[in-house]
Amino acid sequence: MLTSLTVHALRQQLRAGDITPRDAVLAVAEAARTRDRTLGGYLPLTDSQIEEALRLADQADVSRPLGGVPIAIKDAIAVAGDRCTCASRILEGYVSPYDATAIARLRAAGAIPLGRTNMDEFAMGSSNENSAFFPARNPHDPDRTPGGSSGGSATVVAAHSAFAALGSDTGGSIRQPASFTGIVGLKPSYGRISRHGLVAFASSLEGIGPMTKSVADAALLLQAMAGHDPLDSTSLNAPVPDYLAGLEDGVRGLKIGLPREYFIDGIDPGVRAAIDTAVTRLADAGAEIVDISLPHTEFAVAVYYIVATAEASSNLARFDGIRYGHRAERPSDLNDLYSRSRAEGFGAEVKRRIILGTYVLSSGYYDAYYVKAQKVRTLIRRDFTNAFASVDLIASPVTPTTAWKLGSFSDNPLQTYLADIFTIAANLAGICGISIPCGQSNGLPVGLQLMAPPLAEPTLLRAARAAEIACP
Amino acid sequence: MASELNVRYVARLARLDLTETEADRFQSQLTSVLGYIATLDRLDVAGLEPTVHAEETPTLCRPDQPGSSFSADQALANAPASANHLFLTPRVVE
Repeated sequence: MLTSLTVHALRQQLRAGDITPRDAVLAVAEAARTRDRTLGGYLPLTDSQIEEALRLADQADVSRPLGGVPIAIKDAIAVAGDRCTCASRILEGYVSPYDATAIARLRAAGAIPLGRTNMDEFAMGSSNENSAFFPARNPHDPDRTPGGSSGGSATVVAAHSAFAALGSDTGGSIRQPASFTGIVGLKPSYGRISRHGLVAFASSLEGIGPMTKSVADAALLLQAMAGHDPLDSTSLNAPVPDYLAGLEDGVRGLKIGLPREYFIDGIDPGVRAAIDTAVTRLADAGAEIVDISLPHTEFAVAVYYIVATAEASSNLARFDGIRYGHRAERPSDLNDLYSRSRAEGFGAEVKRRIILGTYVLSSGYYDAYYVKAQKVRTLIRRDFTNAFASVDLIASPVTPTTAWKLGSFSDNPLQTYLADIFTIAANLAGICGISIPCGQSNGLPVGLQLMAPPLAEPTLLRAARAAEIACP
Repeated sequence: MASELNVRYVARLARLDLTETEADRFQSQLTSVLGYIATLDRLDVAGLEPTVHAEETPTLCRPDQPGSSFSADQALANAPASANHLFLTPRVVE
């Protein structure tokens, strides 16, 4: 099956002339319309999307770094001329007038955007069940979630319905679904990849990243997308190193910290065992393993659900039924138009978060919630700064459990929020992190999380590659 | 603090109509979320600077030069209601 290739393997075949970009596009289209039908990783692929991809395939220059490689795109990232709904009713029918910078750079490297992947509405969720259309399902067990919010991207990569995909990570939305489906998911440092054209949910936390079948593929996609962008003033103006160059250098000489707050009671024993084995193998490969502390870990979820919802309530104010998106019929006045358009267009989780965010920003509560959360965010950042003074990397589980059954937490949002405990802090601190498959627990994939300081992606990827070799 | 949340009032601030069922359900769900958030009260944050962003970079300014932008047709392409190169809204001035 062609679509089971990694991007690196696909490139080799494209360059050798064994297959054409058109073959690659048609293979993805076929997978989307067969295998993915029951898994729901893609929002239904249309004939015009396939035609556009074939047009690009016929012009593709396979000598370029991603020449002729189709890449599936999370439905929160703008591709010019293609729809972009964030899996929300409020954006049904919306067509992006421009490319996200990440997409423009992928195109410049020769890639072909193909397919919009399912997600939790506006990236708010950890299970993909908040998609307004249908949930994506875990290829390892279709009764279970692939995770979220980039669940569709994880599903299509893990089920080999795509060669690679883009996701976005605001509190773990790349790493957690990668962990649940047994693929590689990279959350780059804040600002490493431009957010221009990523529909805004929580601007101070989120970023775009690759979801792939190998660490080398993640490095390759990062290489194409990283760098300063004048259209995103928070994108870092720092040189982009060669992410593939040191990939095989191993972990000898690297110091990896195990934060005691991430190895707590309540972790699934099978997850714990898989992580312990992975860490032992990294030690066998030459890494020095030390115990560390990130003392404010337990406050990360509370801080996140103040900061992220505050930013969301502000960012989602733009959906008002005027310039784009769903518009209520026969409004009695402007307020009625706003209030009913939003009521009809947004799903329950989005409404909950807008209300919580509006509340924590409202007069009388701003200091008690929002400013306080920002101050605790300072403590969480400081935890990482202190830790990285003595270690190169931090290792932990990505999540306390493997993928849960769809419907497990349907009326208990707080329970799903708490499951984000090991991924959220990286977003609050702006550091980079990655999930690498490291075995299974009861037949379901487990992900090892590695985290590194801002812009230390070369070290992160090098260690992730070592983990990939150590955990075949 | 949690008990002070009035979901119906805040939803009006957010320009979001809620059904009675939604309002009751969100009231109870968000009250429990705020109860959890109250764990932050255990921390003394006096003297700490708030972190407003993941990176500590100064606000950047670009040169004040006109560049290319959308045409009116492009900007209006996704509008639910438009006419004469304008977005249409309900009447706001009597």
